[in-house]
Amino acid sequence: MSIKIEHLNYIYSQGTAYEKQALTDINLELPNGQFTGIIGHTGSGKSTLIQHLNGLVKATSGAIYYNGENIYAEGYSMKELRSRVGLVFQYPEYQLFEVDVFTDVCFGPKNLGLPKDEVEARAYEALRQVGLKEKYYKKSPFELSGGQKRRAAIAGILAMQPEVLILDEPTAGLDPRGRDNILDQIALLHEERGITVVLVSHSMEDIAKYVERIIVMQKGHVRFDDEPRRVFEHYRELEQIGLAAPQVTYVMQELKKRGMQVDTGAMTIEEARASILACMGQVGI
Amino acid sequence: MIRDITIGQYYPADSVIHRLDPRTKLVGTLVFIFSLFLFRSFAAYAVATICLAGVIRASKVPFKFMVKGLKSILILLMITVVFNMFLTPGEPLFKIWKLTITQEGVLQAAFMAIRLTYLIIGSSVMTLTTTPNQLTDGMEKGLRPLNKLHVPVHEVAMMMSIALRFIPILLEETDKIMKAQMARGADFENGGLLQKAKSMVPLLVPLFISAFRRASDLAMAMEARGYHGGGGRTKMKPLKYQKRDHMAYLAMMLYLLAMYAAKRITGF
Repeated sequence: MSIKIEHLNYIYSQGTAYEKQALTDINLELPNGQFTGIIGHTGSGKSTLIQHLNGLVKATSGAIYYNGENIYAEGYSMKELRSRVGLVFQYPEYQLFEVDVFTDVCFGPKNLGLPKDEVEARAYEALRQVGLKEKYYKKSPFELSGGQKRRAAIAGILAMQPEVLILDEPTAGLDPRGRDNILDQIALLHEERGITVVLVSHSMEDIAKYVERIIVMQKGHVRFDDEPRRVFEHYRELEQIGLAAPQVTYVMQELKKRGMQVDTGAMTIEEARASILACMGQVGI
Repeated sequence: MIRDITIGQYYPADSVIHRLDPRTKLVGTLVFIFSLFLFRSFAAYAVATICLAGVIRASKVPFKFMVKGLKSILILLMITVVFNMFLTPGEPLFKIWKLTITQEGVLQAAFMAIRLTYLIIGSSVMTLTTTPNQLTDGMEKGLRPLNKLHVPVHEVAMMMSIALRFIPILLEETDKIMKAQMARGADFENGGLLQKAKSMVPLLVPLFISAFRRASDLAMAMEARGYHGGGGRTKMKPLKYQKRDHMAYLAMMLYLLAMYAAKRITGF
């Protein structure tokens, strides 16, 4: 039960003057229930990669298996795949179109052909999960603030109750508080429902404390694929490809260089604090 | 998908034709089309073929891009040929059932086919070697005398270049919204006419909203940079005829003369 990508290649506008290889020989496996982060610079191919996972973009070559079934096999239902692998696009609020928020969230489950009461039950649950207050349900999506619109749009995907949830830069353009709120909610969902979550971002800082695994993309290749602390050990290389490790990593690396035996793998401020205090305790200050 | 549709199908390359002043290319295309209709003679068309082949060669654009435009008029071309063949009165060549094919008809059909094909290829040469922006620039400068007649040439050119610039942006946006709605289970392909029309709502509403938002953002950005119409506005890269443009105009004259001569001398 997982998503498996084998030798995936994708070439944009093949056969024209604008031909461009966007993805080169990608091999990945996303096991069920994992919280994965995909990181890369603009144009590194991360958005293209995730659009393959629910069949919106067809690979030029290679195969993708969802729960062991090849999604490019004849007769494989893309519609069903899309109901199982939910993809939240960048700036998802641009897809809102209905007269009110609630009806808009109903769009997804309605397309699955569910009965009306089931559709509404799912919409209510999804809206509750993203933490949108009930007074907004009957408002036009265009009356909402940026963060609220974003939540409504995410709820639109959640209402389809996917087994895998992929989010493309869900926090782009939000203020720090809105960002933390949304990420916390996603982490909570992952915990509560045990769904597989893939979070795409260009900021390490944002996702470091949530994900179990980080995939770093560069120019259409997978550059690193490991648990966060291991990936951050390559902070110099990350910098070279225009990314950065969390600030804590830099502090810890610098302390170590100056002779303190701190844990350079610390990723949150709390972990770093504990590690530094432990060190100081040993030295006896 | 939608991304592959190209309007203003510029093919980037470094060639003499690409470097020509857009006004030269506009005039050249007009001269070429004009000549196709003026000189109705196979000898003249032979001259046109040679010249067109030479220009295509010089443009460094692969030939298959030139003929791409023909695909869209293939049906039109066939209808024209068939109608001309059957409906031109004259010397009967042979008869199929109640329809007669005349000698004049076959000739007429051949001329029409050549004209239409060359017309498309000829204008493709221009659009493939000139960016839409260069084209509007060329038109603006070329039509400037109309200002005296109170035609708002600059404003029209500005609107045109903005419209052209927005085509790829809106196409990309359409692609994005379509994908986003497909991810929510929307189906744009199946169903009857009514079903299909209905399925456009989730695409068109966000698209319109985004177009209006972009338009208002652009207007704001233009005002912030002090745009106030064409009066006293200078260009960063003013169009200026180079030596190659003069050569091109000379070539056009020679071309017209050659066409005329070919028709006159051979009489065919």
